[in-house]
Amino acid sequence: MPTLVSHPDEVKIVSSRFGKGATEIDRYIELGGYEAVRQAIEKGPDWIISEMKASNLRGRGGAGFPTGMKWSFVPKQSEKPKYVLVNGDESEPGTCKDHLIFLHDPHAVIEGAIVAGIAVGAKTGFIYLRGEYRYLLKIMEKAIADAYAKGFLGKGIFGSNFDFEVISQTGAGAYEVGEESALMESLEGKRGVPRIRPPFPAVVGLYGGPTVINNAETIASVSHILRMGGEAYAKIGSARNGGTRLFCISGHAERPGVYELPMGYNLKKMIYEVAGGIRGGRQLKAVVPGGSSTPVLLPNEIDIGMDFDQVGKAGSMLGSGGVVVLDETVCMVEFALRTIQFYQHESCGWCIPCREGTDWLKKTLTRFHAGGGEAKDIDNIRYLAENMLGRTFCPLGDAAAMPTIAFVKKFRQEFEDHLNGKPCPYGRHSGTKATTPELIAVS
Amino acid sequence: MSLTKISENPKPGSTIFSPELAARFDKLVTLYPVRRSALIPMLLYAQDEIGYVSDAAIAEIAQRLDLTVLDVRNVLSYYSMLRTNPIGKYNVQVCTNISCMVRGGQELFQHCKKRLGIGHKQTTSDGIFSLEEVECIGACSWAPAVQVNYDFHENLTPEAMDALLDEYRSKAGQ
Repeated sequence: MPTLVSHPDEVKIVSSRFGKGATEIDRYIELGGYEAVRQAIEKGPDWIISEMKASNLRGRGGAGFPTGMKWSFVPKQSEKPKYVLVNGDESEPGTCKDHLIFLHDPHAVIEGAIVAGIAVGAKTGFIYLRGEYRYLLKIMEKAIADAYAKGFLGKGIFGSNFDFEVISQTGAGAYEVGEESALMESLEGKRGVPRIRPPFPAVVGLYGGPTVINNAETIASVSHILRMGGEAYAKIGSARNGGTRLFCISGHAERPGVYELPMGYNLKKMIYEVAGGIRGGRQLKAVVPGGSSTPVLLPNEIDIGMDFDQVGKAGSMLGSGGVVVLDETVCMVEFALRTIQFYQHESCGWCIPCREGTDWLKKTLTRFHAGGGEAKDIDNIRYLAENMLGRTFCPLGDAAAMPTIAFVKKFRQEFEDHLNGKPCPYGRHSGTKATTPELIAVS
Repeated sequence: MSLTKISENPKPGSTIFSPELAARFDKLVTLYPVRRSALIPMLLYAQDEIGYVSDAAIAEIAQRLDLTVLDVRNVLSYYSMLRTNPIGKYNVQVCTNISCMVRGGQELFQHCKKRLGIGHKQTTSDGIFSLEEVECIGACSWAPAVQVNYDFHENLTPEAMDALLDEYRSKAGQ
């Protein structure tokens, strides 16, 4: 069972029910659950969307798109049924927040999905969990069954004339399916290959109907926003970045864990105070601020507020909230290699720049880290990555290219130190003959 | 393995699955706006029951969803958790992605290889364990992490891993 952590600076909203037995529906209700949806039924779609807009909630999956605005794009009239889709295909390396939401507070996801359904006029919601989260699907399925038994789901929910059905399922192992259009393909029983846009899901989505698709953390925030009011929620965060976010601190922090902090919370403080600094009093080498696809930050770049705009200004991205802390023992070439190995493994192969680009980067970095690198490889790695940027159907190509460019740019010296057949002078391999990490064979 | 052999087609109404799973499938195909949407869950549940997705399972699922065997295989091959060959009773999946790597995930994987005497995607001769190096499993703050079948195990050390493997081995003997 994942351990829960706590720090006085935390503002527990989405995590407020963690560890409190809220998987049981009666306990969830006792803790204020299903109040928001009653309010939503009473006050209607326009009120919901105006509260959501006022909250400045931005998508927690990584793109940071304003949720209220996303919902307002769904056409009021539609010949095809509309759908709500909860993206719980959490797979970005460094990210484990939805894991805790499904484990501790499944009803918050159901409640958020119902509210989204009322807001856009959808009568069906899908909750899609990654395949590895099978034990969490069991928790979710029980929560859904309990909600049906209480009349919170089904026909005429809460005694109103509103119907809402929820279906939950898992994927079967595919990072790419976390991309919204690939997820819809997967739900339709197909390979998770992305769709070209436009049209956007809000207009043509699942089964061709208008679809609202939100990250599980985004959806789990909804009921809290309606209960406290959009403006009050917005005030907790920073400018244009409302509320809190679950930051998943991993790597060489003294106290790794998932902490809920206000948007805009200082990254340096997050690492040195909230997470207790670097383990064993070692030196900080680098920080990946928002999951493996976000460009790495140097120790002198982390005195920034953690919101979408400030991290963007610092040349990286807030992403999915996965803060990976790296101390002096890490070889950045090996780290770059392991990152690209992941994207190569997960590329769906649909577009050439991503399929071929990730493969060549993996091959080059493998040879390079093992001591077979040439000086020209360093620029070639960067050039290859730069030519993948913006040239793919979906963001997976960018997700592979962006961190690679940053690794070369910010740790060029480490790359140069691997030249001339020298054993890796960094990290785990220092002082010994370089060994190539065993790579997962392309299956 | 043949994609087109007509004799592979199951008789309508007959099933290779347990009565419980067959009933579950009957319900699952009506749940979604489109029958085909049930495909990925069905493949997973079939794998859970049989241990892998067999040719017979593929043929029956194709028939239940009005798909061709080729359609089903095409989807199946995309998803990394689905397999078409039997493996050990306990599938030990060691994450070596970034958060786990920097906390000893790769060493843990090497340790498992030595301890079990098998490599990536191999199975012990007694059929108890299979080993797999996997991508991020969503347990980054509790790294290094391992999944054995669907169960998560976090904050592992080589010693804790040994104890865990012993536990599974004795469970297998019961």
